[in-house]
Amino acid sequence: MFDFPVPPVDWLAISPIVIVVVTGMLALFVEMIRPKRNNNGVVGVCLLGLVAAAWAVGVNFGQPEGELLAGMAVRDRFGLVFELLILGATFMCLLFSEGYLREKRIPFGEFYPLVLWSAAGGMVMATTRNLLVVFLGIEVLSIALYVLAGMSRSEERSEESALKYFLLGAFASGFLLYGIAFVFGATGSLHLGSLAAAWTSGEAPTRAMLVFGLALILIGLGFKNAFVPFHQWTPDVYQGAPTNVTAFMAAVSKIAAIAALWRVLEGAQVLSVIWLPALSAVAILTMTVGNLVAIVQKDVKRILAYSSISHAGYVLVGVLAHFKSPGEIGATTVFYYLLSYSLMTIGAFAVVSLAARGGREVTGLASLNGLWKRSPVAAISLLVFVISLIGIPPTAGFIGKFLIFRDALQTGLTPLAIVLAVNSVVSVYYYVGIARAAFVAEEAEEGEGAAMNPALAGTCALCAVGVFAAAFLFEPLVSFMGLR
Amino acid sequence: MTGVPLVAYLALGLLLFTLGVVGVIVRRNPIVVFMSIELMLNAVNLTFLAFARYLPATGMKTTRDLAHGAMAGQMAVILVMAVAAAEVAVGLGIIMAIFRLRDDLDIDEMNLLKG
Repeated sequence: MFDFPVPPVDWLAISPIVIVVVTGMLALFVEMIRPKRNNNGVVGVCLLGLVAAAWAVGVNFGQPEGELLAGMAVRDRFGLVFELLILGATFMCLLFSEGYLREKRIPFGEFYPLVLWSAAGGMVMATTRNLLVVFLGIEVLSIALYVLAGMSRSEERSEESALKYFLLGAFASGFLLYGIAFVFGATGSLHLGSLAAAWTSGEAPTRAMLVFGLALILIGLGFKNAFVPFHQWTPDVYQGAPTNVTAFMAAVSKIAAIAALWRVLEGAQVLSVIWLPALSAVAILTMTVGNLVAIVQKDVKRILAYSSISHAGYVLVGVLAHFKSPGEIGATTVFYYLLSYSLMTIGAFAVVSLAARGGREVTGLASLNGLWKRSPVAAISLLVFVISLIGIPPTAGFIGKFLIFRDALQTGLTPLAIVLAVNSVVSVYYYVGIARAAFVAEEAEEGEGAAMNPALAGTCALCAVGVFAAAFLFEPLVSFMGLR
Repeated sequence: MTGVPLVAYLALGLLLFTLGVVGVIVRRNPIVVFMSIELMLNAVNLTFLAFARYLPATGMKTTRDLAHGAMAGQMAVILVMAVAAAEVAVGLGIIMAIFRLRDDLDIDEMNLLKG
């Protein structure tokens, strides 16, 4: 008879995730008993919970690293740092949400718990080497996001984006799972650590199954990461979803997807001869298509969506540089790039969310006109984000891009480095378009653009200051994170 | 091992999966598209179970490893089913919300978002 040992549970290791999930439940209770005028209680509970989870991550920094919970979870610097990144990005997104949801006339208290649970899914993805747990993390992240994307129920665009996101997300999960099934068939285990042994000792059929399975897994993760050619959903979903949800999607879902990709590639290092060229081609396509299509867009949210696609391409170059020579290049570049990307993307979407007023939201480029007069704080911080997105010093965006460029050259991925540089130049055109619209003198149509509220101004200011702080405090930041 | 060989299960799984993918691509009704996705997930489940049953063929050392492997495959199936159920709940909710707004469900008509 097979005995089923109950693995010892290391609660400390999973405490950040548990805290986030429980906070979501608490927030639901608070939502039930709150005064109906505002959601401040719910927001407060959620923000406190995120801070507590970040503290729990900090406690874990000092603990020994390794596999926990019978190989279901892993505690290492990479996972902890990515958890911190997800928590920080979620914090920023929640901070400016309330005013926007009010203006859009969808002030549902359920929004906050859903965001927290989604973030918990992302944290699961960052802290596991088990393929099935990766899948569960993706689903927890995504199912909450499907609901969030369709939260504006009276708006056809929001519902349409939710449906597109849902169908393509579920489709991608199918590929991911089918791939996991074949890797399981080849290795007899769902753990990524057994992949290398199966590859070296396996015969031709086993190897074929591994390659097939890995390809399907990478397709599934490519959808989540919005790599070209799996990116078609991105602009539609980013445009249709409520702007604060878009900010969350652009930041947290991308961080988590990159983390999962990192874990999978780490496990499949032995097969790198096969996937490195394929992913290099994907990176080139992602950078180029994202930037070229962004040029002809007229909607700010769509422009930022394509910009996020091209940024995913840049990050992929950083990831590939690491796996080309893991001994030389650490995770610092990818972490730092995602940090700067989150700051500027969330900030930019926060500024765009000013377009909502009285249940309506127009996000054409012209809707930014006169922003400088309406709200100097928003206009100036938008300028900062644009400068950082382009990659002009002394911003975090510049350092991030520079690190990726350097890593790519150092590991001999010269073609990728060249494509990256050319694309950075191309992207100047549409980024400057955004900044110019904000500083155009004439006012937008009557009644457009919400009044600034303190939380939104705070988010803009935090992100803008963060963009510079991350640049000037680069050394202490990296050494604090302790990544190689 | 007698009876149906592993390859037969895998072939059936591949057939179902392909049918699902083709269905997602060619059908225009979101509910039918979603049914096709479910077909893909069922193909996955069949593949998982077949692998869990035939693991000895893939050269594992001890019976303990074998039991763990088989267990993992069967657990995967149960989790996939649970997740699929959660997806149905959310997906049908979204489809209902759209149907209320526009009274038709053709995917080709959903073209408000483009650029």
